[in-house]
Amino acid sequence: MNEHVIKTENLKAGYDGRIIIDDLNITIPDGKVSVILGANGCGKSTLLKTCARLLKPEGGSVLLDGKELSKYPSKALARTLGLLPQSPTVPDGIRVTDLVSRGRFPYQKIMQGMSDADFKAVSEALSIMGIESLADKCVDELSGGQRQRVWIALALAQETDILFLDEPTTYLDIAYQIEILELLVELNRKKKTTIVMVLHDINEAARYADHIFAMKNGKLVAEGAPKDILTEDLINEIYGMRCKVIEDPVYGTPYIIPIGKQAEQR
Amino acid sequence: MTDQVLSVKAGYKKRNLHYALICMVLALLTLSLMCFELIYGKTVYTPAQIINAIKDTTGKAEGYFTIVTLRLPRTIIGALAGIAFGMAGNTFQKLLRNPLASPDIIGVTSGASVAAVFGILILGLSGSIVSIMAVVSGIIVACVLFFLSKGRGFSNGRLILIGIGAQAFLNGLISWMLLKASEYDVPTALRWLSGSLNGVKIEGAGLLAVVVICCSVCILLLTRHLQVLRLGDDFAVTLGAAPNMVRIALILLALLLTAFATSISGPIASVAFLSGPIADRLTGGGKDNMLSSAFVGSILVLAADIAGQYAFSVRYPVGVITGILGAPYLLYLLLRMNKKG
Repeated sequence: MNEHVIKTENLKAGYDGRIIIDDLNITIPDGKVSVILGANGCGKSTLLKTCARLLKPEGGSVLLDGKELSKYPSKALARTLGLLPQSPTVPDGIRVTDLVSRGRFPYQKIMQGMSDADFKAVSEALSIMGIESLADKCVDELSGGQRQRVWIALALAQETDILFLDEPTTYLDIAYQIEILELLVELNRKKKTTIVMVLHDINEAARYADHIFAMKNGKLVAEGAPKDILTEDLINEIYGMRCKVIEDPVYGTPYIIPIGKQAEQR
Repeated sequence: MTDQVLSVKAGYKKRNLHYALICMVLALLTLSLMCFELIYGKTVYTPAQIINAIKDTTGKAEGYFTIVTLRLPRTIIGALAGIAFGMAGNTFQKLLRNPLASPDIIGVTSGASVAAVFGILILGLSGSIVSIMAVVSGIIVACVLFFLSKGRGFSNGRLILIGIGAQAFLNGLISWMLLKASEYDVPTALRWLSGSLNGVKIEGAGLLAVVVICCSVCILLLTRHLQVLRLGDDFAVTLGAAPNMVRIALILLALLLTAFATSISGPIASVAFLSGPIADRLTGGGKDNMLSSAFVGSILVLAADIAGQYAFSVRYPVGVITGILGAPYLLYLLLRMNKKG
């Protein structure tokens, strides 16, 4: 794995001229698992999409190893930086291997079939995700958790040093959520892949992230290791909700107990 | 290589081989239907006689007129138009992720027809100028459709609804021009309403062949980009493709195919609409089915033309037969779309 530095400089970003992120300066820690936290509409996904060049910055820049993202040839960038979008589309009737093979697009030239290196990458992605046995199955027939593994395998087949994931656990049962997150952490430990993801569950973020970016209204409120920054005040600030922070009895990481209005009446 | 890599590779190769075999069978079927069109008719000619007549430059060989002037253009243009409609329809359907989004349903084909009818019947033109008018008009209609369905954010559903409306309007225009035209006669009318191979001339085949070969090769070369596009625009960009450029290129190529074929054979009803879904069924889905839907298109046109000529006591043009095939499938899709909401 090569070392890479992604950072934003005075980044302004948003949709259709509406600025959501204003003047953001962050550096993504290399080889770590980072999670972006924040309330709905605070600009988490916008930040992720801009860092993965799905959105053009309205101002400022996103730099990969000191060079602006837009200056890279698109296929070359696709070999360094991958992203799993929130709701990709499954082509009807496609098989698992064939779908995962799409991840090899940035390595393939016109008129060329799959090379042995391509098959090796696909097969490795399948085994990291533990879905070798599903290789020839129809993606339509898989469960939600299996399907999410297939999508992540596609992103892995891309063999990028940096992987962004936009809410990879949404719509999954709790058991699948944990499974997917553990697979991602394992991937990070094994291959030193830099992982950046948007998560909704603070406790899952606290447990699996090395580094947290806490955002509010398009601004960075705090960043650092979960233990250092997840406090009752910070949660109140970014979500507008009171809570109690205790220690996760199993993992020893911070654990958030939300406090609603009903609790106050007791 | 480890066993697992080999088994992944084997599964992938097996599916590709399966697809290649199906394409070969479809190609053979197309060729047999072409041979049948040349051999069979009021007079049945032997293959030797046919080869003789085609090779003959003096025009004196036995059956020269029937074979070279009547049957040969019909066969070649039927096959080419089938390829054009089949591939164009499949391109639209795969790109817009909806079986209803085929050029003959959303009015693009009718857009090309309107210009062709106007050029031939009102302006008295013929030949390649008519084809060019049809192409330009087809592209204009497509642009108008995309512009109208843009609204706040593009929606495939809106495109299809506006397209079905546009098609009804354009067909109305065609009927009106046919009624007003001085040269009004039934075969011409039928050609422009549902498509027909009656009286097509060999001169049209050359240009159509060039267009079909160029456009289909380009579409086939873009298939890998289309595969990535089908995962959604975000994934496509992440993988290093340029979704908007690929989309525009594929739509233009499909429009060229549709419009050129329409300007020669008329809008052979439902071929564009049916070929992709039939190819999907045959190959079990998951493939992009460009080549297979092209052959299915040819088979549909040739088989429908043969059935139209010989299966009934009256001769029907090919478009009437394909139209009858397409209608129930269209109803089925509309009902299903309605159920889904």
